[in-house]
Amino acid sequence: MMKKTLSYLALILFSLLFIAPLFWAITTALKSPQELYLFPPKWIPSVFRFSNFADAWNIQPFNLFLKNTLIVTVLSTLGQLVSCTLVAYGFARFEFKGRNLLFLIVLATMMIPWEVTMIPQYMEFNYLGWINTLKPLIVPSWFGSAYFIFLLRQFIMTLPRELDEAATIDGASKLTVLMRVIVPLMGPSLILVAVFQMMNCWNDYLGPLIFLNDQTKYTLTLGLSQFKGMYGVDMQSIMAITCLISIPPLAIFFFAQRYIVGGIASTGIKG
Amino acid sequence: MAQTYLHPAREQSAALKALKKRRRGGAAPYLFIFPWIFGFLVFTLGPLLFSLVISFFDWPIVGKVTFIGLGNYVEMFTDDPLFWKSLMVTLKFAVLFVPLNIVVALGLAMLLNQKVRGSAIFRTAFYLPSVISGVALAMIWSWVYSGDYGILNYFLSVFGIQGPDWLNDTNWSLVAMVVASLWGQGSMMLIFLAGLKGIPKDLYESASIDGSGKLRQFVSVTVPMITPTILFNLITSIIAAFQQLTLALLLTGGGPMKATYFYAMYMYENAFKYFKMGYSAANAWFMFLIVLTLTFLVFKSSEAWVFYEGEMKRGPQKKPKPAKGGRA
Repeated sequence: MMKKTLSYLALILFSLLFIAPLFWAITTALKSPQELYLFPPKWIPSVFRFSNFADAWNIQPFNLFLKNTLIVTVLSTLGQLVSCTLVAYGFARFEFKGRNLLFLIVLATMMIPWEVTMIPQYMEFNYLGWINTLKPLIVPSWFGSAYFIFLLRQFIMTLPRELDEAATIDGASKLTVLMRVIVPLMGPSLILVAVFQMMNCWNDYLGPLIFLNDQTKYTLTLGLSQFKGMYGVDMQSIMAITCLISIPPLAIFFFAQRYIVGGIASTGIKG
Repeated sequence: MAQTYLHPAREQSAALKALKKRRRGGAAPYLFIFPWIFGFLVFTLGPLLFSLVISFFDWPIVGKVTFIGLGNYVEMFTDDPLFWKSLMVTLKFAVLFVPLNIVVALGLAMLLNQKVRGSAIFRTAFYLPSVISGVALAMIWSWVYSGDYGILNYFLSVFGIQGPDWLNDTNWSLVAMVVASLWGQGSMMLIFLAGLKGIPKDLYESASIDGSGKLRQFVSVTVPMITPTILFNLITSIIAAFQQLTLALLLTGGGPMKATYFYAMYMYENAFKYFKMGYSAANAWFMFLIVLTLTFLVFKSSEAWVFYEGEMKRGPQKKPKPAKGGRA
């Protein structure tokens, strides 16, 4: 009994430690400027100023940033879903020369730090005239990403081959088998890929930082980071935007929690 | 009788053979994996090799490109104090961050792995900070750490401690960054949790029948059984430590007095502030080699400390469990 109580105490204490900074950000976003710089600080503002959110949103063209972020997120997520499904199917359902070696290379590319390929990629995109456009943030997603290919391939391997074979005997082409038989069964794993990619994309900072220069092309995270050096921007505005741009990933997390928890757990399974 | 019985089986195996042939399907598999092959060549292998090539050049983004052989590497090692400084900062960060990250994530996972009510709620609380963007995380912590108005120093003042100006204090800024990074440990915790759930209960039962206490069970059952997961998390933590850039750019800008000038930031500035592409590529390749070496050493050492269940002979009462979904 004593031990149980201690466990609960520890769980509650650590939860508070993890939640407190988030809570602090939310209450700061609701404060009036006068209450911002008080010591001792007030956890709960005396008046909730919801107008802070709209005010902060108008300091920079955040509508435009939102539009850019949505374009990048939607198009790159679509790209990952289409390309990774095709590639994973290729690896899972065919025997061909060099398959195992190629799949090993897929896994190995997960180990390459992005920094090593960053400069030539920048030069490539510069050569193509893509710097300061959203293309560098979208186009690579249409050629698959190692981790997602791995996830989907593992999933397709668990589907019984008899399903494809029955369809093949009925005269269906490989692509038809994929579209009509495999994809309808891939629901959970496709959701997982979509959720991970949407979050990565929405939260990405270094990609936009390197490839975009012009404010009209900025994404939300880049816009938020601009506050850092800006003169006369109060903390409640910074926290307001911080909270607003965190809502979509938090919402996605709550709706897709069971997929996410299962998906992350599977990456660490030995083997 | 026997022959009529064999006949359909033979037919079936012939049909299977035909199917296998069709599975091979000539060019079809290559068409399916083509997107990855193209992407790999254009966005990974090409850039990887090209960055090695330009590391032997003086390569400004505009202007004359000159071959200088090992010049960049020589300059790095002999004539660039910032190279050594940033390398030391990153190593210091890694030495603090990597073990702490594993201890915290494993500790939280163990707390969650008990039979407690509402464990899903606690799990969500521990994971929430990992969901938000690194920029949001940096903004929140720069406010928490504020010397005069920060909630952290208020909290300390309740206990009569005068906290420093965390991010502007050369003694504390790196520690502050380690703590902020630990806040985002959620994925690692989930991986540990899955590892813990995979430990067969009977191991604990037999240990407790043998009279082992909780501590003893932790040392001789839990730790050995999750060493493969520790290995995985150790490697990802090391790589993450070397790639730490967002926090440095947004929390401290590398300061104060370069106390948080991470290697990734050094590389980033050489490329995108000073436009020394060749030099930065040399930096990047050196980092790549360090990460590869460390990974290799960790793997090598893992033969001594990682325990794979499949390699051990279990008692006869235990049913052999088929290995689930191997990688290749």
